[in-house]
Amino acid sequence: MKAPKSAYSAAIKTGKVEKHIMVIWVDNEAGVLARVVGLFSGRGYNIESLAVAEIDKKQKLSRITLVTSGSPEVISQIKKQLEKLVPVHKVADFMRNDPKIIFRDMALLKVISNEKKRSKAKKLCKKFDPVVLDKSNKSIVIQVTALRREIDKLVNDLKPLGLASVSRTGAVAMTRGAEIFK
Amino acid sequence: MGKLISGAEIVFKVLEHRKVEHIFGYPGGAVLPIYDELKNHKTIKHILARHEQGAGHAAEGYARSSGKPGVMLVTSGPGATNAVTALTDAYMDSVPIVCISGQVPTHLIGTDAFQECDTTGITRPCTKHNWLVKDVNDLASVMDQAFDVATSGRPGPVLVDIPKDIQFKKTNFFLKNKKYKKPNGELRSKISNSDIDKVIQMMKKSSKPVFYTGGGVINSGPEASKLLRELVSLTGFPITSTLQGLGAYPGDDPMFLGMLGMHGTYEANNAMHDCDLMINIGARFDDRITGKVDEFSPKSKKIHVDIDPSSIGKNIKVDLAIVSDIESFLKSLNKRFKDKNKDFLNSNKSNTSKWWKDIDKWRQKKSLGFKNSNQVIKPQHAVQRLYELSKHKDTYITTEVGQHQMWAAQHYKFNKPNRWMTSGGLGTMGYGLPAAVGVQVANPDKLVIDIAGEASVLMTMQEMSTAVQYNLPIKIFILNNQYMGMVRQWQELLHEKNYSESYTAALPDFVKLAEAYGCVGIQAKKPDELDEKIKEMIAINKPVIFDCVVDPNENCFPMIPSGKPHNQMLLGPEDDEEISSEGKVLV
Repeated sequence: MKAPKSAYSAAIKTGKVEKHIMVIWVDNEAGVLARVVGLFSGRGYNIESLAVAEIDKKQKLSRITLVTSGSPEVISQIKKQLEKLVPVHKVADFMRNDPKIIFRDMALLKVISNEKKRSKAKKLCKKFDPVVLDKSNKSIVIQVTALRREIDKLVNDLKPLGLASVSRTGAVAMTRGAEIFK
Repeated sequence: MGKLISGAEIVFKVLEHRKVEHIFGYPGGAVLPIYDELKNHKTIKHILARHEQGAGHAAEGYARSSGKPGVMLVTSGPGATNAVTALTDAYMDSVPIVCISGQVPTHLIGTDAFQECDTTGITRPCTKHNWLVKDVNDLASVMDQAFDVATSGRPGPVLVDIPKDIQFKKTNFFLKNKKYKKPNGELRSKISNSDIDKVIQMMKKSSKPVFYTGGGVINSGPEASKLLRELVSLTGFPITSTLQGLGAYPGDDPMFLGMLGMHGTYEANNAMHDCDLMINIGARFDDRITGKVDEFSPKSKKIHVDIDPSSIGKNIKVDLAIVSDIESFLKSLNKRFKDKNKDFLNSNKSNTSKWWKDIDKWRQKKSLGFKNSNQVIKPQHAVQRLYELSKHKDTYITTEVGQHQMWAAQHYKFNKPNRWMTSGGLGTMGYGLPAAVGVQVANPDKLVIDIAGEASVLMTMQEMSTAVQYNLPIKIFILNNQYMGMVRQWQELLHEKNYSESYTAALPDFVKLAEAYGCVGIQAKKPDELDEKIKEMIAINKPVIFDCVVDPNENCFPMIPSGKPHNQMLLGPEDDEEISSEGKVLV
């Protein structure tokens, strides 16, 4: 098929899409999250998950952990564009499969079922440092921390056991060992 | 406790502190306290526009022709939304603008109050940064920082939104020596000698080099243009420029290949395509320049020097990236070049002589040529005559957007930076007239001409009133072809000559319109009266609208058709497979 005539050039092939984690240190001020998120929507970048909270009250610093995907060119643009935002202090970029980095998602899982199923549910969670946060004679709320795909699987496995509600955070990340990102 | 001052007073104190002399604006409810304060600050002159978009473009013209940031002042709601086009324009073309907007009082924010809008939300994607000031104690430092952000690194617009109650509120807090975080984009590292040596090595190895320069050279200041000229004379390399870079290098110099890109010259585009070394200085590989990205200059090594790291590698992969201000880059390069390569120009002559022969061959095509007529005024001819008759003066040119803009870029030869103000990135029709207002404010004794199209200029025509009010003798030179010419051209080439809505019926009588505004109207219809009337226009010390009636069917050539690489240009109507033979006559 002939490409339609246009004043713009046609799209070209891009590199292989990779998954990356961006850690962004920002001033905790009004609108800062909108600036970061708006940059992604405005330039057509993906956000797979997002976790943000203040980490230093005195300096009013927040840390945003953002999972994104894109070709290497797009990833490098994302980092450069983020670094241009005024409230951004620094940006760290890690490949999703970087062995030097620890990632964790947290999830709260509410299971409503009979006791047998509930204890089976607890067993399934065992690998993921489960903490039982609430119990009643019909229900249980379990907190787990794990990787995203592990929680995906867990959620699937818990469905037949009466999983009624799921609340999840986006991934947070940190480097291993004594190193910190400057 | 010191003397208490109001928020409105703080605004002016910072403007004075920043040596601002002119602000462009339009009053309204939410910004009245600032307007009330205006009378107490004699060093700051307010220029009343007729529309906030006009105020914005005027501030842009002011900034681009003077090198100082442009300041605009608008009210909340519609005042702010009207400013958005100008802010986006400034963002795309890297123009430093500080926009101060009024906002409804703090306690009404979020209640859909009269003339309320989410100004910081709306302008977030079209400014480098913006602030909503909710505490009068923050106002001074925010205002001060706004100027830093607008002018540092790659310049651009910023906006400070000030609720009305904050403008009234009093404080004793002015600028303390508070250290705020350095704006991102301000350069912290120096260029290394090893990078400079790499550049020189690549230059030595090249037999087909080309300099590709852009608006970054202009933005870096007049010194950068001087250094660029020196660099070209040191190396003997050919140079081409983007639309925004025109004037950084003299347009009539034999080393200059003319503008490149979609409507650039044959020699510039072929040089870009065939070169073995491309040295990009302060340009951004825009899509109007590159055409088809995967066939863009396939055989060349590429060096990219830019102050904005995100411009590097965005569209085109490069072999050597240098993040730097252009002036300091050129200073280091020229110095190193002179120290170590005294005889480069002579010794390298044979190396590039074949290349210059190729270039001369391309030049033979005379790609800016057109068939002149003694019956109707050809628009290219009109621009050429305007150039010939105004080049003895230090002339400032602005444009609107479309065919006339490209003809101006092709046929008006600039030899100084900051003399050419055009909307390149956003392509804003209606830019040129208010920009000319701003240029004339910054350069009161200079000749300022807006080369315009009749469709574009009607979008901001109301600013003629501003020009008259402040005795700004701007010249609006309209190439009147009754069409949105560039739209018509694309429809001819791409849409089987379906000229859908691109003809403007019922155009005003521009001479009478000029008189209605209180300026002078001139019309030229025949080629033999053109020179006299242009001279007449230049001699008048009042704003002039010049209605230059031109051939309605003329197309802008040469051009790179869509999806084609640089070496497949259309040189004229007879040169083309895409323009079918039927229908050379238009509707």
